[in-house]
Amino acid sequence: MHFNMKLGLTLFAIYLLFYCGFVFINTFSPQTMEQTPIEGVNVAILYGFALIVSAFALALIYGVFCRPEEEVNSTSDPVATTKGDV
Amino acid sequence: MIYDVSPTAIVVFLLFVGFTLGLSFWLGRKAKSSEGYFAAHGQIPWFVNGVAFAGDYLSAASFLGICGMIAFYGYDGFLYSVGFLAGWIVALFVVAEPMKKLGKYTFADALDAKFNSKGIKLAAGISTLAVSIFYLIPQMVGAGVLIQPLLGFPHWVGVLMVGAVVITIVVTAGMVSTTYVQFLKGGLLVVFSAILTILILNRGLETKSNFKELGPVAWDALETAFADKEIEILPNDGIWKDKLDSDQRDYVVSRNPNDPPGKITVWKQVKDANNLVRLLECQLLETRAGKRYINGLPEGTGEGQAQLEPVGSLSKLPDDKTETGPLGAFGFIKTIQNSEVKLWRDDKKFPSLKNGDKATVYYPKLVPGSQVLRPGEHPKFAGIRRDGIFDKLNFLSLMLALFCGTASLPHILIRYYTVKDAASARKSTIVGIASIGFFYVLTLFLGLGAMTSGAMDVSSSNMAAPLLAKSISPLLFAIISAIAFTTVLGTVSGLILASSGAVTHDLAVSFLGLELDDQAQVRLAKIASVVVGVIAIALGILFKGLNVGYLVGWAFSVAASANLPALVMLLFWKKTTKQGIIAAVIVGMVSSLAWILLSQDTFKSVYGIADAQGVVPFSQPGIVTIPLGFLTLVVVSLMTGKSKS
Repeated sequence: MHFNMKLGLTLFAIYLLFYCGFVFINTFSPQTMEQTPIEGVNVAILYGFALIVSAFALALIYGVFCRPEEEVNSTSDPVATTKGDV
Repeated sequence: MIYDVSPTAIVVFLLFVGFTLGLSFWLGRKAKSSEGYFAAHGQIPWFVNGVAFAGDYLSAASFLGICGMIAFYGYDGFLYSVGFLAGWIVALFVVAEPMKKLGKYTFADALDAKFNSKGIKLAAGISTLAVSIFYLIPQMVGAGVLIQPLLGFPHWVGVLMVGAVVITIVVTAGMVSTTYVQFLKGGLLVVFSAILTILILNRGLETKSNFKELGPVAWDALETAFADKEIEILPNDGIWKDKLDSDQRDYVVSRNPNDPPGKITVWKQVKDANNLVRLLECQLLETRAGKRYINGLPEGTGEGQAQLEPVGSLSKLPDDKTETGPLGAFGFIKTIQNSEVKLWRDDKKFPSLKNGDKATVYYPKLVPGSQVLRPGEHPKFAGIRRDGIFDKLNFLSLMLALFCGTASLPHILIRYYTVKDAASARKSTIVGIASIGFFYVLTLFLGLGAMTSGAMDVSSSNMAAPLLAKSISPLLFAIISAIAFTTVLGTVSGLILASSGAVTHDLAVSFLGLELDDQAQVRLAKIASVVVGVIAIALGILFKGLNVGYLVGWAFSVAASANLPALVMLLFWKKTTKQGIIAAVIVGMVSSLAWILLSQDTFKSVYGIADAQGVVPFSQPGIVTIPLGFLTLVVVSLMTGKSKS
């Protein structure tokens, strides 16, 4: 498996767990979401914000660590190079 | 008064649309080949493409639907924000690069890259059309909803206008102009939502309401208690006899001798712990012989007429303050958490003043902020607070569909073909996630800001975001409405382009084997755009009454069920066969559509059967039909494995 794909799937698995945590707490223990651990803001909002921020953080990690060399030998789009007429 | 047609609004609005169209014509000169038409020559810079992702993705459902849902029910709308964004993780980490490497114009290209099968093109082309049209309906309805208050036109004119403008954009230049329209709109939407959020936080929170509250008094004293305020409680006779004649009754009706004849006030009765009664002023909307009446008076602005008044306020702030002054982001949420909010609900069972006609009473409900900010208050999400397994499955199913749906939406997938290589596809997705994520964080503040703005229309949650802007300044209202309108334009253009690509490329050229040269392909695509556009206009008018956010969750379910299993298995399972892919796409699409059409939600809101049970046990199909798609693919692939050529 290519490095980029492996990296992508690893990060995907991490996020999937984090998202499942959110969904399952909402489903099976909604009262947990009502607790206000930090600054009087409840878990529902903190967890939601964390999911959004961490999506961006993981995306950045992916962007930084992806290896560029794979693209050179796998750009299999011959038409694009012959037909472009700009 | 909630809406009035202002010249500023019209000027700003026309400037926006005019600029968008001008841009489209100007860019359109460049795109002549089919490569240019469907994929903008693969020459869109990654940053522009990234913001265009946001423009494509943040549809009317996100902007109008989510804000409205938060404004009326609190936290639950934000669940959509979280789910919609999480889906991008699938798009970036799993789908982006292979899509770019495998395909050329359409989603079907990528699915078919290994097999060159007409069957796959047909199945994927049809599923693209089905998902796009499903997704188009709420966008078009949203356009009509916006135009009505902004320009004073009826709903169908709004739908027709969007349809005409979008068809013009798509036909003149295809993907190039569509991309820049989406870039423009995505950027504007995020920037102005941020400005609006800053203004909301600066304004802070206050307790202020145009609606009266009486009591508390003892129940027996009710009839005479408010005589000094010239409020005369009407006796329980006539048509209210059965409904309103005990101390258990929900409503009390009163009149003020100084009011114009016919005017009444409806009060919601709330009992406190000491069995004392408080009365909260309501609004009554009746339809008598086709005409609307508000609180007993004909609707209008003149003498002896009445209108629905704007709503949305806090009934209590922490420490009995009346206003907070400017607040920080977390301070804003914390303050609401410890306040009491006056939310509005409707009751359609109120007996009308004249027999046989419709009456709806909009009544206030005082809800502690801690409940407003917790999940499970919206009727669709209330299932998580019940013990029934189907209620919980329904919620899981929706969250699964949102997670899997993004990476399966055809109009999002085609945007991977507008950049030059896999690295650009990746970078533009990251830019997309940043802008979309930022916007979704803002939706919570916009929604809560709208909830407490005193400018909401009780009868339409879809207008929450523009009306919030109006509570700050009329110019901002015009700008936000125009942006919302271009939001619809951007998303609809993308959808129509995806559909016309599917018709031309997947169905006509690949499946039917028509030998079309480049010019002819573009011509066919333009004809297809017009046809799909006309269908969208018709559906937009037909489904007028539907909530904008309503169908989008389902479009996600259909997309995820039909497209995701095929896409993922093709990438990660070597034994996948073309029969497996075809079967998975068809089974996923048909089963999820059938599930939706047979669900209780559809029976209630689309067919209008109020007490229907639905054939399937819960409304959201994803948790059943997505695994079904995977299962079908595996079983069929194993059965046909040896016949693979």
